[in-house]
Amino acid sequence: MYPTDYRYSTEHEWAKVEDGRVRVGITKFAADRLSDIVYVELPPVGTEVSFMQPFGVVESVKAASDLYAPVSGKVVEVNDALKERPEIVGTDPHGEGWMIVVEPSDPSELEKLMDAAAYQKHIGEG
Amino acid sequence: MRYIPTTPEQREHMLRTIGVETIEELFTDIPAEVRLDRPLALRPALSDPEVLTALRALAERNGHADRLVCFLGAGAYDHFVPPAVWQLAGRGEFLTAYTPYQAELMQGELQAAYEYQTMVCELLAMDVANASMYDGASALAEAAVMARDLARRDRVVVSRAVHPEYRKVLRTYTEPLGIRIDEIGHTRGVTTTEDVRRALDTAAAAVIVQHPNFFGCLEDVQAMGEAAHSVGALLIVATADPLAFGLLRPPGALGADIVAAEGQPLGNHLNFGGPYLGIIATRREFVRRMPGRLVGATTDADGRRGFVLTLQTREQHIRRERATSNICTNEALNALAAAIYLSLMGPDGVRRVAESCARKAHYLRRRIAALDGFAIAFQAPTFHEFVVRTPRPADTVARALLREGFLGGLPLGSLYRGMRNHLLVSVTESRTREEMDRFVDALGRVGARRRRQAVVTVR
Repeated sequence: MYPTDYRYSTEHEWAKVEDGRVRVGITKFAADRLSDIVYVELPPVGTEVSFMQPFGVVESVKAASDLYAPVSGKVVEVNDALKERPEIVGTDPHGEGWMIVVEPSDPSELEKLMDAAAYQKHIGEG
Repeated sequence: MRYIPTTPEQREHMLRTIGVETIEELFTDIPAEVRLDRPLALRPALSDPEVLTALRALAERNGHADRLVCFLGAGAYDHFVPPAVWQLAGRGEFLTAYTPYQAELMQGELQAAYEYQTMVCELLAMDVANASMYDGASALAEAAVMARDLARRDRVVVSRAVHPEYRKVLRTYTEPLGIRIDEIGHTRGVTTTEDVRRALDTAAAAVIVQHPNFFGCLEDVQAMGEAAHSVGALLIVATADPLAFGLLRPPGALGADIVAAEGQPLGNHLNFGGPYLGIIATRREFVRRMPGRLVGATTDADGRRGFVLTLQTREQHIRRERATSNICTNEALNALAAAIYLSLMGPDGVRRVAESCARKAHYLRRRIAALDGFAIAFQAPTFHEFVVRTPRPADTVARALLREGFLGGLPLGSLYRGMRNHLLVSVTESRTREEMDRFVDALGRVGARRRRQAVVTVR
């Protein structure tokens, strides 16, 4: 359910390290809580994001929520598929539903995040 | 029917229940020296007929457009409102309906808003319009905030030919948000594209022009849009009278990214300055930055057509400090009147109203231009409003006209430096040739008085 090689934030983002870059998305828990996701607003490539500061918005039929960066750095990739098909976030939040890839300026920030076991405890599923 | 809510016995009973002897005891927290130690010296109550007479006498002291011949515009226009508009808008079902919190329960209200949005888009040639804002000025301020969010830039350029009050509201709104407002002047009543180009750079989120502008002149909106777009800024078009687009090319066809307009001219009375109707419309790709609410059509579980609040998830009651806007309500009833007005008129009716305004305004403009001592201040083309240069200070002229039964226009001296002798005159389809001819005669008399005085001082 929650991949053990990801790190997790209190705001329900996941971070996956890939060759020194960090792929970011929201957790299944968050996606389920939001219910039908209708729109994802992501920053353009090149944007500087800061640790646990908003970088975008995910909007569902129920609410619009901010997305928080689990690591500081520069956005190097954006999942453009979500423009046309935001529902992917709901169906595959930990995979195809990724949001951005960040070139981290301080990878040690990831240590402040939770591992899968701690996150599952955090959401009461551990 | 008694209007005094309690009898002495009931009051006694209540006092006993809470364990107090007298009503005065309830006020012991208030220092004795500021308390009134006697009953209020009110006049004895009047009977209903007497009250009506007294109120009527008060109301009759107001000067208004039904009693005075109105050539005053400047953002509030004395257009004709067909009686059917408020016959329908005044129905209890609409009149008592508040802004939809249980939106889907109010299909009638939602459908009215949907139709309003549709017609506003048709009139302005824009993709989407929201369900309404407070008024033209606040709609413009919201448009500036929208542009800041869309362009991710903090500077907005605005022409001084935009309504002075709109610009004040713009500053009030945007200053706490850290948006910088830079004003550019006008040249002979219009904003020049050169000035716009000079003021724009890659830090500018938007340029704001009013069309027709505050002086009634038409602006080269398309050229300004091109200038804005070339540096990645947006073009915001403000409009004080959307009926202009019955005749003029609509802002959407001129490159406008956001339109902020005053909807009062669409079926709403002058209302002593409010409530008015804020219109905001934009391009489809900017819809998620649009403030307020957007009503959409959909189908229910049984496949029947229905209406919903399509866009409200970014409102402050859901997103708090990160909301796209902090507007808390709307002007649903005024928007409804606008929708009824537009549907009664249809495209052809709107065009005919606009034509009638333009023809009459141009007739008056020609007549005043030929008057001794008066001149038309700006030569640029105008729609239904123009600036007259007066032989005496314009506020003196306006006061003299008021004594003759005319709301003669807006003196511009307090709004623009060096325009003490400038009067902004507006003409709607409600004015008749006879009224305009009488107005010209009155102006002539006011001007002649000045020349007689001049002769006296020479002696």
